[in-house]
Amino acid sequence: MSDRVFGVIGILLAAFYAWQSTLIQESFIQDPVGPKAFPLIIAIVLALSSLVFILKPDPEPDWPAVGQLFEIGISVALLVAYALALPEAGFVASTAVAASFLSWRLGAAPLHAIPAGIAIAAGIYVVFHLILGLSLARGPWGF
Amino acid sequence: MDVLASLADGFAIALTWENLGLALLGCFLGTIIGALPGLGPSNGVAILIPLAFTLGLPPTPALILLTSVYYGAMYGGRISSILLNIPGDEPALMTTLDGYPMARQGRAGEALALSGIASFVGAFFATWGLVFLAPQLVRVALLFGPAEYFALFTLAFATLGGIASRNQAKAAFAAALGLGIATIGVDGQTGVPRFSFGEVHLYDGIDFLVAIVGLFALSEVFVFLESHRGDADAAADKMKIGRVIPSLNILRRTTGAMSRSTVIGFICGVLPGAGASLGSFMAYSLEKRVSDKNKTFGTGDPRGIAAPEAGNNAAAGGALVPMLALGVPGSGTTAVLLAMLLALNITPGPLLFQQNPDVVWGLIAALFIGNVMLLLMNIPLVSLFVRVLLIPPKYLMPAVAMISFVGIYGISGSTFDLMVMVGFGVIGWVLRKLDVPLVPVILGVLLGDQMEKNLRRAMTISDGDWTALFASPLAIGLWAFAIIGFVAPILFGRFFRMKHREEDVGD
Repeated sequence: MSDRVFGVIGILLAAFYAWQSTLIQESFIQDPVGPKAFPLIIAIVLALSSLVFILKPDPEPDWPAVGQLFEIGISVALLVAYALALPEAGFVASTAVAASFLSWRLGAAPLHAIPAGIAIAAGIYVVFHLILGLSLARGPWGF
Repeated sequence: MDVLASLADGFAIALTWENLGLALLGCFLGTIIGALPGLGPSNGVAILIPLAFTLGLPPTPALILLTSVYYGAMYGGRISSILLNIPGDEPALMTTLDGYPMARQGRAGEALALSGIASFVGAFFATWGLVFLAPQLVRVALLFGPAEYFALFTLAFATLGGIASRNQAKAAFAAALGLGIATIGVDGQTGVPRFSFGEVHLYDGIDFLVAIVGLFALSEVFVFLESHRGDADAAADKMKIGRVIPSLNILRRTTGAMSRSTVIGFICGVLPGAGASLGSFMAYSLEKRVSDKNKTFGTGDPRGIAAPEAGNNAAAGGALVPMLALGVPGSGTTAVLLAMLLALNITPGPLLFQQNPDVVWGLIAALFIGNVMLLLMNIPLVSLFVRVLLIPPKYLMPAVAMISFVGIYGISGSTFDLMVMVGFGVIGWVLRKLDVPLVPVILGVLLGDQMEKNLRRAMTISDGDWTALFASPLAIGLWAFAIIGFVAPILFGRFFRMKHREEDVGD
């Protein structure tokens, strides 16, 4: 069933991609094939392989239970929030929060996760910024 | 022998303090990356590329660092295979079959040392193979025109799927997805934007480093979140290491296994798309057939450790041949190394040997040096690496995720790229769930631009005549191989996979 759903999504993706490629504006500099042909070939391959998924699906993968799916969703949201927070709050503060949260969700006790997160943030800061001189996001406090 | 003269020049380049230091650092990091379950050569190198890039290393030192990591990871993978019965990376899977039983008999140290020596033998001779084979391949590659290159890229995608995946349609889908991602952005030939939806950030396309780090490193974090939550801490400390010097007797008994496996592994590595996993699998299967007279394989036979380890390290060296000579990588990790070269504005392929001989030969010399370092490092210091296995994933994985962000943010400083990377992480996780291989996606993102450019160049030359793609005998040969490579696994794959699974379960 998963493969069939995947196949339908794949065909929709291929159709969308093909439709978008027909909208590419031609330029006055033109080679015989132009910018549309290659994307159209790709769209055909996408559509054909998706069709195979629908006709000959593989055995069902082990999807995680709703709880775990929620877990992954939360972590994705956390990483997005982290990306947004980086330029605002600076590297060390945002990384400490994000790393603590992740290690808590991966099974560390909260009392262990917080020092671990701080240690990860400080460790990366020392190694990559102070020693290797990489520029990390600077927050209001300069780190 | 101008090859040897070039190699000597390479040693002159590689033997500077800076490069030696980078090789040492790379070998050390690589062994750790390989040893940690869940971090393999491809995602390890993927995380480090942006770092090497933002540190502003020139091409040769950057390549030396990353290929040392690559070779190191091939060595490191065996450590957790032997001690924990968990392969540190995919190619080390076969090493668990005899390595773990041997460790349970209290001969863990011997198994580690023997596998270290087997790794050295495999990698050492494969590097010699690279020295002699790559320039020959370059000579062939000079005959390639745009049509032949287009056929060659198709061949790479066709054969890559056959071995990397269980389902050819999924491999084809993955390749098309990657190629599609590569077309996003302003078209290089006519200057019109494609698939950018008016978003300025998309005009220069999606940076392949963002895609690679997202697909490989972040998706690994999600896989861990799902499966390894609250996992028990690693148990390596309970294992006694024992003596770490193998007896001459064992070395003598395993010489045959090592030499056979090196040859098999190297050939598997050179074939496009096959890579180290196939190298170690073929080496083990062959060795089992040749020398398992008393049914000792699978119960801790030293030859069962020497064979896959020599095989996977030889394949690692072999995979560099098509990557350097043709610009078409032979495995996932070499695809990532190709990304590194492209990021440094170096186009691999025949011209690389003419225009940047310092890069090529410096790199090859560094491989020899790194290999010796790895042997020296891996035998006496093995207990140090064993200790690294004790870091539980609940602290390791957050660090991996954060370092991925550091690398990408360091290159672009853009929040948008970080979002795209998280997106790729999610896509990578879903694709892995559905058994869609990720390597063709990466290869598509990397090679898409070149592939399209060659197609359109061929069409420009022939003035739009599509039969020009099949005009030369060389092109026809490449197309034939591509079709065989794509169709054969569908016909014979079932048989091969059944055997593979039998080996997996058969311990």
